[in-house]
Amino acid sequence: MSSVDIVEIEKIQEETPTIRSLFFEWGKKFKAGQFVMIWIPGVDEVPMAISKEDFDFITVKKRGDATETLHEMEPGQKIGVRGPYGNGYDIKREKILIVTGGCGGASLMEAVHFAEDKDIEVVTCLGAKTEEELLFRDRFSDMTELRVATDDGSAGHHGFVTDLAKKVICEEDIDLVLTCGPEIMMKKVFEICVARDIQIQASLERYMKCGIGICDSCTIDGKQVCLDGPVFTGDELKEMDEFGKFERTKEGRLVEL
Amino acid sequence: MTSLGSKSFGFEFDPPLILASGILDQTAESMERLIRGGMGGVVTKSIGMKARGGHSNPTVVELDTGLLNAMGLPNPGIDSYIEELVALKSKAKNTPLIGSIFASDPHDFAFLAEKMVLNGADIVELNLSCPHAEGYGASIASEPDLMAEVIEEVKSTIDEPILAKLPPSSLIAEKAKVAEKSGADGIVCINTVKAMAINFETRTPILGNKVGGYSGPGIKPIGLRCVFEVYSATEIPIIGCGGITTGRDALEYLSAGASAVQVGTAIRSRGKEAPQKIADEMKELMERERISDLSEVIGKAHECAVK
Ligand SMILES: Cc1cc2nc3c(=O)[nH]c(=O)nc-3n(C[C@H](O)[C@H](O)[C@H](O)COP(=O)(O)OP(=O)(O)OC[C@H]3O[C@@H](n4cnc5c(N)ncnc54)[C@H](O)[C@@H]3O)c2cc1C
Ligand SMILES: Cc1cc2nc3c(=O)[nH]c(=O)nc-3n(C[C@H](O)[C@H](O)[C@H](O)COP(=O)(O)O)c2cc1C
Repeated sequence: MSSVDIVEIEKIQEETPTIRSLFFEWGKKFKAGQFVMIWIPGVDEVPMAISKEDFDFITVKKRGDATETLHEMEPGQKIGVRGPYGNGYDIKREKILIVTGGCGGASLMEAVHFAEDKDIEVVTCLGAKTEEELLFRDRFSDMTELRVATDDGSAGHHGFVTDLAKKVICEEDIDLVLTCGPEIMMKKVFEICVARDIQIQASLERYMKCGIGICDSCTIDGKQVCLDGPVFTGDELKEMDEFGKFERTKEGRLVEL
Repeated sequence: MTSLGSKSFGFEFDPPLILASGILDQTAESMERLIRGGMGGVVTKSIGMKARGGHSNPTVVELDTGLLNAMGLPNPGIDSYIEELVALKSKAKNTPLIGSIFASDPHDFAFLAEKMVLNGADIVELNLSCPHAEGYGASIASEPDLMAEVIEEVKSTIDEPILAKLPPSSLIAEKAKVAEKSGADGIVCINTVKAMAINFETRTPILGNKVGGYSGPGIKPIGLRCVFEVYSATEIPIIGCGGITTGRDALEYLSAGASAVQVGTAIRSRGKEAPQKIADEMKELMERERISDLSEVIGKAHECAVK
């Protein structure tokens, strides 16, 4: 087993002013919703969702040191990849609704590819603060039936993406909802689904260190996000007291989200 | 009936498999889950005086023969951790709970030990052996006088049993003797072996801290040797640790002289049911050898009779 695979960045695509995708040849198999640990030598190692088109790629939102460094990197530079880790989405339904905001689309693009492959119908509700921050708007509109919401009304529905989601759930025959994005958004989507008894799978984010289920850093209510997740079903989410409320710091302290 | 019960310092470990410090033991729920998975005891994450973030990532490197880690003793600090301890104790009343602590001086060790036992720990384990946190862990065991002072101070503060967790070293028997003389009720050996990983393509050490500790199957021969030597040198019970993955590994450690063993990295390779699997394998091997009780195993490698 090689401890970490070193790959060279082949190309970079700026997706929004704060989000970019980095493409590289990794070659390992993975499932929609799984993630990898990305090593930036000398800087940090952080969890990122992984997708595949002509190359394997990650899609990164600028937040702190590690992601800022990834935003400064250029083709030809090297990063490390280990994984794939986690469980991924379990997609067997006929009609899926995707609800996403922020950088959540990074985790869902592979699910869209999978659904397209299997002729599964997908409706997407995509949200962002502003029009220019809508991630993968073109990809989603090419492969799925897209509805858009922005906080400032610069595109689509002026308001929350969860308003759109609720409408779709009420009006259409949805078998399964997949969601990834800000946890408050996912919690809202979860509540809508529970009230209508619709299956949901949500991909959660917690501070990760080992990525392999031993350090207990990313644990939420006894479940390791890196190993038991990152995707949890509605039934699992129902059992979680911390979902939508608490997370653990790097030190392991439980704090409000 | 084959029994896997083993008694040390007044506590029964059944099976004699204890969750090693630092593996899935930051939260009460995770420890509880491993008790359900068959652990006969649990050691908490090593807890210090204040919240500590630990080293930067990468903190873990996967190897063919185990793992490297340089977590750097991340922990929420004793005041915050008490909540986990209390929650665990209320749910797992019958499983011995061992509180692991780290500090840089005898006074802090004693303070932490007292907090641990006041909030549910049955036994206290002194981390004198973490190889990658300067001023803590192995830095203490490398100074015999300081180690003796730490143990004496804790001993005079609490009544509960105290375990000294030692690093692998060619001098481990000497260190164990010092620990015994200072009042330790048991020895835990070994902690991880100081090690590193370098990536060639980037010519860079992989771990954020550059050096870390090696655990898993690759260190089993070192752990066995340490237990074997400590058994000859001391009278107090030994808890073996290092690379225990199967029932056979555990029985080898008991043969070397351990009364019970700790299991860490095997949780990665065999899942949260690892303790149940290891216990089943132990029983099967014992039955094959027509052994019904662990007293027929512990320390027997020192007798070397033709079987
Ligand atoms: C399973 C999973 C998949 C993810 N996928 C993506 C993705 O595809 N694209 C993307 O842009 N982001 C993704 N993230 C989030 C991403 O890992 C963090 O944004 C990144 O680690 C921030 O690091 P930083 O050094 O830039 O920021 P920092 O300044 O270090 O931290 C900013 C915030 O990011 C979070 N964070 C920092 N380090 C970690 C860590 N090791 N693990 C988890 N969270 C951390 C914390 O909430 C912190 O407050 C994912 C997270 C998880 C858990
Ligand atoms: C991720 C990780 C974290 C650890 N943290 C601690 C710790 O906080 N305190 C400690 O005494 N030992 C710690 N250890 C060492 C283990 O308790 C154990 O001594 C060592 O891993 C050897 O056992 P194993 O091969 O069964 O894992 C840690 C080990 C690992 C792999």
